[in-house]
Amino acid sequence: MESASNSLAPSVGTKRSRRTIGFSRDSVDRLASDERCTAFEISRQVGTSDTVPARPQNYNLMIRVKELTKRYARTTAVDHISFEVQKGQIVGFLGPNGAGKTTTMRMLTCFLPPTSGTATVAGFDVLEAPMDVKRRIGYLPEIPPLYHEMRTAEYLAFVAKIKGLRGLELAKRVNYVLDRCAVADVKDKVLSKLSKGYRQRVGLAQAIVHNPDVLILDEPTAGLDPKQINETRELIRSLAGDHTIILSTHILPEVEQTCQQVIIINKGKLVATDSVNNLQNRSRGAGSVLVEIAGRQEALDSPEVKRRLEKVPGVSRVLFKEKRENRFVFEVDGETDRAIRGDLARVIVESGWDLNELRTAAVSLEEIFLQLTSSNEAKNASAKGTEGDLETVAEQAKR
Amino acid sequence: MRNVWILCWKELRSYFVSPIAYLLLAMFAIVFGFFFWNVVGYFVYAGMEAQMRGAMFPLNVNEQVIRPLVSNVSVIGLFLIPMITMRLFAEEKRSGTIELLATSPLRDFEVILGKWLAALILYSAMLLLTAINFAWLFRYGNPDWKPLLVAYLGLLLQAGALLAIGTFISTLTRNQIIAGGATFGICLLLWVLEWVSGYDSATYARVMAYLSVLTHFESFAKGLLSIKDFVYYLSAIFLGLFLTARSMESLRWRS
Repeated sequence: MESASNSLAPSVGTKRSRRTIGFSRDSVDRLASDERCTAFEISRQVGTSDTVPARPQNYNLMIRVKELTKRYARTTAVDHISFEVQKGQIVGFLGPNGAGKTTTMRMLTCFLPPTSGTATVAGFDVLEAPMDVKRRIGYLPEIPPLYHEMRTAEYLAFVAKIKGLRGLELAKRVNYVLDRCAVADVKDKVLSKLSKGYRQRVGLAQAIVHNPDVLILDEPTAGLDPKQINETRELIRSLAGDHTIILSTHILPEVEQTCQQVIIINKGKLVATDSVNNLQNRSRGAGSVLVEIAGRQEALDSPEVKRRLEKVPGVSRVLFKEKRENRFVFEVDGETDRAIRGDLARVIVESGWDLNELRTAAVSLEEIFLQLTSSNEAKNASAKGTEGDLETVAEQAKR
Repeated sequence: MRNVWILCWKELRSYFVSPIAYLLLAMFAIVFGFFFWNVVGYFVYAGMEAQMRGAMFPLNVNEQVIRPLVSNVSVIGLFLIPMITMRLFAEEKRSGTIELLATSPLRDFEVILGKWLAALILYSAMLLLTAINFAWLFRYGNPDWKPLLVAYLGLLLQAGALLAIGTFISTLTRNQIIAGGATFGICLLLWVLEWVSGYDSATYARVMAYLSVLTHFESFAKGLLSIKDFVYYLSAIFLGLFLTARSMESLRWRS
């Protein structure tokens, strides 16, 4: 079982699914028909001796969450969230503090039962077959669950034991994760004496010690210094081949650097899911241009400038942004796929003004995120966002 | 079952790598040593006095030394048991390791049983210390060993019951002090419930006396094996562990 998942996971998972990020149904079916998948699935079934509920036909869908809801007495922590994660991907779970990230993760790990909705991990339902889910999941909570009086290697051996590993395999896996997570040099140290970075890595080692299909990491870089953050991200990226990873964070660059796909939630609601590439492309190439214009001698008349800019073919909207001494900044929206910069520049120069600056108004992920998570409009967007359509989102962010 | 031992071993280790186990053992040894010295001293004094008066005082080591001593042990246990159980779950909840246990392929009863067994083993280790003192009785006297064995069994059963209750209380909070304090209070109450029967024989008084841990230990201290008391302790153990299981389950629905 071990070897099968090791050798097959990267070839099936990374190469293909990195391209098919958009959750489209047909891409999933195409993957299912892949012969290697079937072989893989059979080897898994042989490997697990227990009687298990029927495997789903589509084993590439590692996590499937449908209308998942968690309600407490007065609050709704997670509100009808649905998403799917393909095998071998790194998915960023993005949201401000208190958005319901941890609650969702706890439901996926069978720590909390959902109020309604379903979640399946590696084909097993979290409520119906929690033991099977737990066997296939590695979980790193926000605070690494360390027994502070234990030594590193001893602790990892204990975790391996309660995850069901025995004997030679146990020793092998413990040694492997000690090296993999770069904690071999502290393997005889008491955990309470370790630095924060080491603790985090021991926490990661603990999560992968039983070679789980799915890794769930709750804010894996919280509280680390920049160097440690980079190391941890590097480590997480390197784990992607063997495992499907969900990591939660409220740090945007982290998502950009580590993840292939992003799920944004706010106040328990799903705001958007899309690939990181799409998100960045949309936010960059939205066709919006910032123009800074200065008058030569006479002061500029801003309505006049605006009127002229609007006349440029392809321009759909001109927005006056700010005035600096006798310079004006406008934001100009063009129709998509139409180059308006050249025309803009020509019109400005021909009018006898100075063109100080002409640049793409890049909407950063930060802006999109803030927009999504702070406005009421996020609710409207959530309906569309679930289909992986971020157009509305990008537009909102600009306003 | 294997998982039970894994967890039991882990708990025992954490008792013995921290000062807790040594502190408890040392405290117990000192207090019990004092009691032993006191009781044996009085026994010797009473024996000499009886001899001087020329009275044929039927002196019996079992009745006059062992029986009060094991009763004392059960009282010392009352103070030490909260210290054994208070960390069992409260500590896991505080440090977040409960999430590791809850997301590992373990059943709740395996976790609970493992922890309770570890607590019981630590208590047994304390009892083992008393054997050193009792060995002297056997060296210089001629006590009957069978009642002593029954008394040990009674002590273990009683401790098992109180440890189960302590384990349950430990699941209710993440604060060890609260867990320990509440366990102590409840243990104490279970102890003194019996006092009501001293002045009242109404039904409620008899029920309260029956619930008291003390009344059921009496027969074991005498060296009697009675089914009634056996059943009492076993059902108390079961109730404690059952409540722990319920509490762990509700933890998931609440937190």
